[in-house]
Amino acid sequence: MTITMNIVVCVKYVPDAQAERGFDDSDLTTNRESVEGLLSELDEYAIEEALKIAEGSEGEVTVVTVGPERAADAVKKALQMGADKGVHVSDPAIKGSDAWATSLILAHTINKIGSPDLVLTGMSSTDGSMAVVPAMLAERLGLPQITLVSELTVTEGSVQARRDGDVASETIVGTLPAVVSVTDQINEPRYPSFKGIMAAKKKPVETWSLADLGIDAGQVGAAGAYTEVIAVTKRPPRAQGEIVADDGDGGTKLAAFLAARKFI
Amino acid sequence: MAEIFVLVDHANGQVRKTTAELLTIAARLGEPSAVFLGAGAAQAQAALAAFGANRVYVLDSPDVTGYLVAPQAEFLAALVNKLKPAALLIPATPSGKEVAARVAIKTDSGLITDAVDVQQGEGFIETTQSVFAGSYTVRAKVTKGTPIICVKPNSAAPQEKPAAAAIVPVNLTISQSAKTAQITEAKEKVASGRPELTEAAIVVAGGRGTSGDFAAVESFADSLGAAVGASRAAVDAGWYPHTSQIGQTGKQVSPQLYVAAGISGAIQHRAGMQTSKTIVAINKDAEAPIFELVDFGVVGDLFQVLPQATAAVEASKA
Repeated sequence: MTITMNIVVCVKYVPDAQAERGFDDSDLTTNRESVEGLLSELDEYAIEEALKIAEGSEGEVTVVTVGPERAADAVKKALQMGADKGVHVSDPAIKGSDAWATSLILAHTINKIGSPDLVLTGMSSTDGSMAVVPAMLAERLGLPQITLVSELTVTEGSVQARRDGDVASETIVGTLPAVVSVTDQINEPRYPSFKGIMAAKKKPVETWSLADLGIDAGQVGAAGAYTEVIAVTKRPPRAQGEIVADDGDGGTKLAAFLAARKFI
Repeated sequence: MAEIFVLVDHANGQVRKTTAELLTIAARLGEPSAVFLGAGAAQAQAALAAFGANRVYVLDSPDVTGYLVAPQAEFLAALVNKLKPAALLIPATPSGKEVAARVAIKTDSGLITDAVDVQQGEGFIETTQSVFAGSYTVRAKVTKGTPIICVKPNSAAPQEKPAAAAIVPVNLTISQSAKTAQITEAKEKVASGRPELTEAAIVVAGGRGTSGDFAAVESFADSLGAAVGASRAAVDAGWYPHTSQIGQTGKQVSPQLYVAAGISGAIQHRAGMQTSKTIVAINKDAEAPIFELVDFGVVGDLFQVLPQATAAVEASKA
């Protein structure tokens, strides 16, 4: 018997790490306008894992993102990879939201979608990199939190996972529904096929505002933030030090440098 | 003075260095109190006393150690609500950040992660973070609730400050709803005998240039008493475990000395090491981007350079 697994994957649209990232001078929030953006690379692993689970079960994969108009690109990429439908939460008041507000919006969105059997996320965004939204989301939804997973097995009503820590490799067993975050060790994300790209054009994407979710604008963005940036400073580029070519004494010169800096 | 809570990072009572650093920071902000979860508080007491903990709140129960983060968060939130500390400091480990995240929601408080410095500002606690692969420094503060701050290793030099470290057992029944993700098995990893990567004062890392042979990297690391790290390329190739990966998707390290051997220095790697105090690189390619960051670089073959340097370091000890 095949099980039914309705899966929600939360993804983020982030500034390209290869580009010059920065802040808006006016409000010290991440500049999301002048830098090319894309689906956060670490979220591709969550999408891939959802698709793999969906291939062996009944049910749908819904991809959710919160962000400006351009963030629709992140949903599009997930649909091209094979997700069934998308939800894009967009509202001018969301700009400048911290993890606290982001998890609030995601929790309301997931509740509006329905009761998924599984909520999947990546291990961290590649911009803010706090890696706390999955834990906050589990707390808000009152669901088991099984994070930083490098191997996942889903059965009717329960989930088993492997978590590789520094001191031990742990096996975690939890009940479903659950919030699960996956690392970049779990799978090899697929590239969208031509067929997938064409099919994505016909897949449904809904755009929801804060009002659609019953969230007051004052709870999110800068107004609802629980933290405040006092100042942002660009680090001066590191002054390049001495570079020597190894003419048979490179190791000796290296040791001499370390001695001069009192490391040995 | 107001209490500042520090969540103790330990393995069976063996206190990690980050705890001494957090207690040192707590002493700047108020009166440090340690929060100890699990078994081994008695063994930890001396170390906590040495770095200024006046009290040690203890919950020794399989309910907190047998499950992922949720029970820890439930306990900390209850303690914060009851005793109203001026701040809660937690090590910025993956689990520490998740515990902090849940306590933030439970106590309706602001959360700052990955602080590299924490100081008393005028009427608020000011944190410093390094963001976007170390290209920006951000100073911030929590504006609502109890400031919950996750602090990275090596963010303060531990300062001894003898205190009582009085053990205060706390009884709390963890709710069933927090016990839904059970740790059913834990396979301990074989200890390398080297320092922990994120705590080490010196890190020697190898990349694609090792071609999978880390012997020269390890020997040099051992001569310096350093931890060994690896680039994503080396980990993806299966040459070194993922727990040793330095970069965006691995560990972020900020040691006194970072040595990159055979690592080109892609942005993903730089995100994990750019805030190191002194950076040294060895690479065959004179154009490798890692050389833009270095205090000292050798353009050459790491299999020639490192053994020679290792011998010189060993000779200097004699």
